Amino acid sequence: METKNKIRILIAKPGLDGHDKGAKIVALALRDAGYEVIYSGLHQTLEQIIQTAAQESVDVIGLSIMSGAHLPISEKLIAMMKEKGLDDIFLTVGGVIPYQDIPKLKEMGVSEVFPGGTSFEEITKGMNRLF
Amino acid sequence: MGVAKYIKDERGSIKEVIYQSGIKVKPVYGPQDLEKAGFKYEKDLGAPGEYPFTRSLHPQSYRSRAWTTRQYTGFGTPEETNERFKLMIANGQNGLNVAFDLPTQMGYDSDHPLSQGEVGRVGMAIDSLKDFETAFAGIPLDRIGSGLTINAVATIMMAMYQAVAEKFGYSKNQISTTPQNDILKEMIGRGAWIFPVEHGVRLVGDSIEYAVKELPKSNPVSLCGYHIRESGATPAQEIAYAFEIAKAYIDNVVQRGIKPEDFVGRFSFNFNVYGNLWEQIAKFRAARKLWAKMLKNEYGVTDKKKLFLRGLFGGGGSGLTKEQPENNIMRGAYYALGAALSGAQTTALCSFDEAYTIPTPRSALLSLRTLEMLMDEVGLRDTVDPLAGSYFIETLTLEMEEKIIEEMKEVQKMGGMVDCISSGLIQRKISKQAYEFEKGLQSGEYKKVGLNTHATDGQAEKTDAGAVELHEYNEEWATKSKANLKELRRTRNDRDVKDSLKALEKAAGCSDNVMPCLVKCCHAYATVGEMAGVFRDTFGEWNEPDFY
Repeated sequence: METKNKIRILIAKPGLDGHDKGAKIVALALRDAGYEVIYSGLHQTLEQIIQTAAQESVDVIGLSIMSGAHLPISEKLIAMMKEKGLDDIFLTVGGVIPYQDIPKLKEMGVSEVFPGGTSFEEITKGMNRLF
Repeated sequence: MGVAKYIKDERGSIKEVIYQSGIKVKPVYGPQDLEKAGFKYEKDLGAPGEYPFTRSLHPQSYRSRAWTTRQYTGFGTPEETNERFKLMIANGQNGLNVAFDLPTQMGYDSDHPLSQGEVGRVGMAIDSLKDFETAFAGIPLDRIGSGLTINAVATIMMAMYQAVAEKFGYSKNQISTTPQNDILKEMIGRGAWIFPVEHGVRLVGDSIEYAVKELPKSNPVSLCGYHIRESGATPAQEIAYAFEIAKAYIDNVVQRGIKPEDFVGRFSFNFNVYGNLWEQIAKFRAARKLWAKMLKNEYGVTDKKKLFLRGLFGGGGSGLTKEQPENNIMRGAYYALGAALSGAQTTALCSFDEAYTIPTPRSALLSLRTLEMLMDEVGLRDTVDPLAGSYFIETLTLEMEEKIIEEMKEVQKMGGMVDCISSGLIQRKISKQAYEFEKGLQSGEYKKVGLNTHATDGQAEKTDAGAVELHEYNEEWATKSKANLKELRRTRNDRDVKDSLKALEKAAGCSDNVMPCLVKCCHAYATVGEMAGVFRDTFGEWNEPDFY
């Protein structure tokens, strides 16, 4: 538990979509599961997300995407993380994600994908798998 | 996503039923329940079409006219959307409910860096009047009303709607538009806000004032309990918060020297149908009654028609599941039944595939047919307010009224809705509720067929195949929008654009109404990004309060 308590997760809402219920309840669930959780707030640019992740020295970035733009957003963020030397941070993606896109996201380098309907238990298990 | 709590005894009989709004339901109701609640026909119901309108706004309700169906439509370029509009109208839909893409909703042009990957994705991309000319080509704007689902820049879209109508030869007196234009609810749920709270409310006030004076058939605000409910509010809170938000807008307009009587009749509402059937029916009936009572007693409104709670009761998105998506077809039908049993004037229904993507033409049509079946086949037009007089429904409607009043009082105690939203109090409260509901759903405390009860064995295999045909995003939409925008910037009269934007800046900076300036900007082919840019520079952007 001691090491787990130190794990910091940034739940981030990239882009223009404002549907934040999922992001907020997952943030609350992960906090209750013992993680330290930072919530980015809405309408974040990828630059802002990277900056927060670096400043807060997070171990995981959890993107919440509802608009359908998960593929281009993830691809771009991964490239930016590499560029900034932040590729030791795990990236997870949740939201309205068709199952058929999961392999594509994993191939890009997304560590875990949590489509709508994933239980808090599965999300916590997924996070635990990373460490 | 939860619906109601059912506490069972060891033999599996239901011992207790508790609705989300906190109302306990008894196993049997009788005349003594109505007596205990002090139920009086004249006071609590009245004849259909009579104050307080619990039963119906019109004496004949669906007998004289079936509900209006307004499926939420729009994607891609204005060309694509225009085609879909025409398809929906050809299929019998009598009003439009326009979806805009996120860049448009957030006041960015298609070529803005933040628009990348989002152009045309969740609605149509609009940069200028040129795009509206394409989107509404061939649509009889004097007969078909349009809901415009946009908030932070609703003033801009309302002006553009007037401009396109004028361009097509209609007068502004003939057109009917209902921009959503409820910025305070965006700050609670849905999140498409831009400007700080006080400026957001001022823009809503500007549009109401303008509609009162210039757009006689338009409804400048659609108050959305809907998204507040989707964000985790109970049904009673959904109504209570929408009413408290309405009061914030009323106060703003009254300060301009306009009497409530002159504009509250133009408000419409958007409420959610998802949840326990009886609780929804009681919610809608209680809401109609309370709204009329509030306007009459607190705002001195006397004209009967201006006391109407008109609106769209529909959607139901939160109730849909990603698991076994076909189940959502039936779920939607039951939600719609609740709306019909409570006399919804206008309706729309989420499509079964919306847990995956925006609807395909096939699934959108299926929703429309579901709504039509209730009116034409099942018998919902037979008689007005068929559940009236039910011991259970009337008791529940009274209890719901009490709950809504309680929730409203709590907001008032905390300084009113503007304060509650500015401090983040309401947002934190309903996020916590949403979390609790979700936990209840995952633990099976709240039942969901196909998800935590009656789930098919082997459901573990997660696949989209077969069930849902995915609406595909087309990268070409962005390319096309950007090309059109480039062409527009090249061919329009720069002087007109500059002058109209300058006038807008001046109006925004003082207390002048921005609407007339926006109409001129639209006619000059200023872009949405340019007009919203003037507002961004003048008002700044909202800093969301802390979530924890």
